[in-house]
Amino acid sequence: MKLSREDVLHIALLARLGLSESEVEKLREQLSNILENFEVLQKVDTTDVPPTAQSIPLQNIMREDEVAPSLPSSDILANAPCREGDFFRVKAVLE
Amino acid sequence: MSINHLTIHEAHDLLKARKLSSLELTRACLERVSHVEPKVHAFVTLTEELALKQAQKADELIAKGNFGPLTGIPALIKDNICTRGIRTTCSSKMLENFIPPYDATVVEKLNACGVVTIGKANMDEFAMGSSTENSALFVTHNPWDLNRVPGGSSGGSAAAVAAGEVIYALGSDTGGSIRQPAGFCSVTGLKPTYGRVSRYGLVAFASSLDQIGPLTQDVTDCALVMNCIAGYDPRDSTSVPSPTPDYTQCLTADLKGLRIGVPKEYFVEGMQAEVETAMRSAIKKLEELGAKIDWQVSLPHTPYALAVYYIIAPSEASANLARYDGVKYGFSYQGAGSMWDAMEKTRQHGFGAEVKRRIMLGTYALSAGYYDAYYLKAQKVRTLIRREFDQAFEKFDVIVTPTSPTVPFRIGEKTDDPLQMYLSDVCTLPINIAGVPAISIPAGFADGLPVGMQIIGKPFGEETILKVAYAYEQATEWHKRKPQMQLKK
Repeated sequence: MKLSREDVLHIALLARLGLSESEVEKLREQLSNILENFEVLQKVDTTDVPPTAQSIPLQNIMREDEVAPSLPSSDILANAPCREGDFFRVKAVLE
Repeated sequence: MSINHLTIHEAHDLLKARKLSSLELTRACLERVSHVEPKVHAFVTLTEELALKQAQKADELIAKGNFGPLTGIPALIKDNICTRGIRTTCSSKMLENFIPPYDATVVEKLNACGVVTIGKANMDEFAMGSSTENSALFVTHNPWDLNRVPGGSSGGSAAAVAAGEVIYALGSDTGGSIRQPAGFCSVTGLKPTYGRVSRYGLVAFASSLDQIGPLTQDVTDCALVMNCIAGYDPRDSTSVPSPTPDYTQCLTADLKGLRIGVPKEYFVEGMQAEVETAMRSAIKKLEELGAKIDWQVSLPHTPYALAVYYIIAPSEASANLARYDGVKYGFSYQGAGSMWDAMEKTRQHGFGAEVKRRIMLGTYALSAGYYDAYYLKAQKVRTLIRREFDQAFEKFDVIVTPTSPTVPFRIGEKTDDPLQMYLSDVCTLPINIAGVPAISIPAGFADGLPVGMQIIGKPFGEETILKVAYAYEQATEWHKRKPQMQLKK
């Protein structure tokens, strides 16, 4: 699988990951090489094999919806890079 | 034997007999840290003040006779495990100043056992790596040879235990991140069955693979730490609601009738001859101890584990790491024009090269048009790998392999070639894919460098692998060898 420059930029956009010019080229090369190696998987016959998302036989753990104390908002906001009062401050979403 | 290389149970006996106080032990560790750290660089954060306070409290509990096996014993916590009020960086610029408002469940449990927390351990950024060279902060050095890597990603945890800076440490293991550094540093490291230890408060990397576990100086210590940290936690829906045994009860040195399988696929191409020699004599030792060895076991899907892992783990990582947007906590790029620009630049400057590579790989594998060919395909082959283990465990009590195909490599040797680096986890990855437990224990040396043996068990078969590990340890002296570092006083 050879990735193009456009492929790399498209994936970076999906991941909201800014990349420098040199990163784009390096990742294009490295990811192409890695993906090429992963093509071995296509040789494995997986007809009628169900996928495994996780390895333990647990499903849909339910619990009562009970009120319990949560962390004080001051603790949560203490790590905010940018805040205004009791809110996280972000750049304008709509321009 | 110096006070710094006491095991948990040896230190506990001395504390109990009032021949040593927790404060003395803690001070000895802190002094050792000050001598060794300029060479080893295992600590991201040293919590000296907290440690002395906890030691004092532990001594009070001991004086009252109200104490357990871990009370007053100094430990190091990997820096992706949240500690309330103590910086938890994941060795990333993204979280360099992050101070968690809560404790991970394992930290709560250690605190309840009277732990003395000496600090937080260096690691590969977000636990992505096999050498601790991906730490955005600094590189950790292997105490056995300071020019070599300690393994990764729990390299700080393993190096600190080997160097006698702490009595034991916690690590996390997604594809070998406890076992491979344990092997490289000649300490004992256990990855429990997925679901055995709560992941609440462990910074998520690949949620279907991550497990927290102990790095210790011997098998008894490993069992003692498991007794404290294992168990169901309602805050982690993937933790398993079954009772936890007393893991010290299985530590008997009798292997008579035990069936051990040795899969040939783990003696891979590119394996160092000296490692293979050490492994074969370690397995012969198990035979002498009464186990029945089958050298011809085949787990034919093993060669696909690397590709399965490096699709599934980055896919999960790409989703987990989407939370780092520079808004709620962590690094935030200032001076961007728009919200999207701020997000992209935050992630560009906050993440290191390997983290970016895996986010890109995972995003690609999950993207429209490639999901079936990569992610879904990997999940199906995961099923086949799991089934193969299930079938093998119908015939064998444990499976034994090398922990790593090589001895610790040189710093810088593999940093330019991601695939070569990925290959150093080739013996440990399949275990996380299958979700089974495995331990790495010291099994010899090749040219003075550690070789680890991996013992794999069936799901929730921790007791059996601890038993085999214990029997081997009692019959050998490898775990008692400690690195001789050239330290300037």
